Amino acid sequence: MMGFWHVFTRDVRLALRRRMEWFTGMFFFSVVATLFPLAIGPEPKTLHLMGPGILWVGALLSSLLSLNRLFEADAADGSLEQLVLSPHPLPLLVMGKITAHWLIAGVPLVTLAPVLGLQFGLTHEELFTLVLTLLVGTPVLSMLGAIGAALTLGVRGGGLLVALLVLPLCVPVLVFGAGAVEAVSAGLGAQAHVSLLMALLLLALLFSPWACAAALRIALE
Amino acid sequence: MDIPRLALDAITCERGARPLFAPLSFTVGAGEWVHLQGANGAGKTTLLRTLCGLMPPASGTIRWQGQTLAEAGAAFRSDLLYLGHALALKGELSALENLLIDARLRGHELTPQAAQAALEALGLRTRAHLPLRVLSQGQQRRAALARLAVSRARLWVLDEPWVALDADSVQRLSERLDAHVHGGGSLVFTSHQAAPLQSPGHAVRLGS
Amino acid sequence: MRWFHYAAPQTFYGLAGAWIKPLAVLATAFLVVGLWMGFAMAPSDFQQGEGYRIIFVHVPVSWMSMVIYLAMAFWSILGVVFNTRLSGMMTRALAPTGAVFAFLSLWTGALWGKPMWGAWWVWDARLTSELILFFLYLGYIALTSAIDDPRRGDRAGAVIAIVGAINVPIIYFSVKWWNTLHQGASVSLTKAPSMATLMLSAMLVMAIAFWLYTIALVLYRVRTIILQREAHTDWVREHVRAHAPGGLA
Repeated sequence: MMGFWHVFTRDVRLALRRRMEWFTGMFFFSVVATLFPLAIGPEPKTLHLMGPGILWVGALLSSLLSLNRLFEADAADGSLEQLVLSPHPLPLLVMGKITAHWLIAGVPLVTLAPVLGLQFGLTHEELFTLVLTLLVGTPVLSMLGAIGAALTLGVRGGGLLVALLVLPLCVPVLVFGAGAVEAVSAGLGAQAHVSLLMALLLLALLFSPWACAAALRIALE
Repeated sequence: MDIPRLALDAITCERGARPLFAPLSFTVGAGEWVHLQGANGAGKTTLLRTLCGLMPPASGTIRWQGQTLAEAGAAFRSDLLYLGHALALKGELSALENLLIDARLRGHELTPQAAQAALEALGLRTRAHLPLRVLSQGQQRRAALARLAVSRARLWVLDEPWVALDADSVQRLSERLDAHVHGGGSLVFTSHQAAPLQSPGHAVRLGS
Repeated sequence: MRWFHYAAPQTFYGLAGAWIKPLAVLATAFLVVGLWMGFAMAPSDFQQGEGYRIIFVHVPVSWMSMVIYLAMAFWSILGVVFNTRLSGMMTRALAPTGAVFAFLSLWTGALWGKPMWGAWWVWDARLTSELILFFLYLGYIALTSAIDDPRRGDRAGAVIAIVGAINVPIIYFSVKWWNTLHQGASVSLTKAPSMATLMLSAMLVMAIAFWLYTIALVLYRVRTIILQREAHTDWVREHVRAHAPGGLA
């Protein structure tokens, strides 16, 4: 367990000293959320209908973009090898990195989403559901994206390749996440959706640390 | 019959399906060093990484105290210190922070005082708290080598440790390595120059 | 172990070579029978006329795209457990055929949809899942092509194939969920007209034909991959010398 904590605190400390990186993801999310109304037109009913989906896709793309660099810095300066050679279990260390990344890159998206949601005319209930589903869903996106990032470490075409690999796997999260908000709009409950999202979170927690650790070892060979 | 610490048996490494060197066998015992020699591109770094378990050998087995690396697992890794070409240091953190975090990831608690002392011994007393990226390359290398001062690992695997060090630091490093070997530790390293070490050891040449 | 003997690339090369022609012949035979059953013997549908016959290609091809992905996952797991070189080669050999079948499934789905509902594409649960499966294939192919070192490419591909295979049921379930809630097309491709035994048999025969074709093609492809990967070994050099007297470029 301590391994998780050591890597987590190290990465958070590093992120605090590289402050610019926080904001890029949030800016991207805001820009994407603004592009859609510009492309679709300002009609409130349409925006209200499409809002949850647009915000979810925006969060998904923003997560993916930042996850690309999750292991890059460590691979470049040799820290990744030290992590693999550490006596602490690698899956734990990897979870430390992913959690730190989610805290720095994922949580700001979750806090920004309701603000952007107002642009689409979402009600309070819908905004609450949006935040809740993003809170449960973004960790899953981080974990899936980490596997993609590990597999494509140092490979040509990295960023787009990660997207191609990971986006199909993220479809369930997207469906249940955006679907939850739409269910609330329609007056139905979102409990089923949120439960399914939590099930996905649990599944991801059980499998992705090992898949990611395996992918990292493969990348270092 | 003593089981040697580290035993390599008919090891070959490949790069792109091509073997880098002829099958290699040697052992490293307690209180001795091995100097891996070979031309550039001969596969020294690849062999070192294979020794550590970062990549599997193309053929042959590596044993640590009689067990394969897979069997030895975390026990082997806690007894291993590997320093490659890349320093594995974070530029945004200070030398002190880097050293402390590194020790924790290796599984042993290092007090800030001990870390500070180690850095002082390498001439980094006034710079221990500055972010590493403002230090010169030589100073950064010294900060990386501070790990040797606080390490409890019995096997040290070093890839060209004397590179980019001034005469003073070369002296200090050699003394540190000698102390490690005299104290019963094992050492495997590469270097283009002859090793300035006093303790017992031998060279192994990578042939094709 | 006998299995490990066959898993050695050199042995498998010979074994695969012996099977290709018989499998190809059998595949053609089944294909002819299947097409005849589907296009000549089966009666026209009451509602959909002759156009429905495309399902005799669409359904088997969809089955194959899913079976091949499972086969890729199977070989990947074998590769992880036994660390054989052949596993990676087989998975790579399977991928393009699987992708082609997925693509065909989407095309035949569209060709069926257009005369039926006037639309080239419907967001039917099955078609959408098939589209995502197609993306999974593309992802595997892109990843393994982008990595230079063949062994690393094999292992990375194995991870993504296994992760993808675990996800496929989840993706299918989520897409089904999404589809029923959004009540899109009121006619679903899954609600095919109740199957007469003849039609079902025709589809089965076609499926077997495609399966045999796949095995033949994959064995052919894997032989090429074996030759490429083992190019530095003596047996390959001998083989090339014997079969390509002009030598390799």
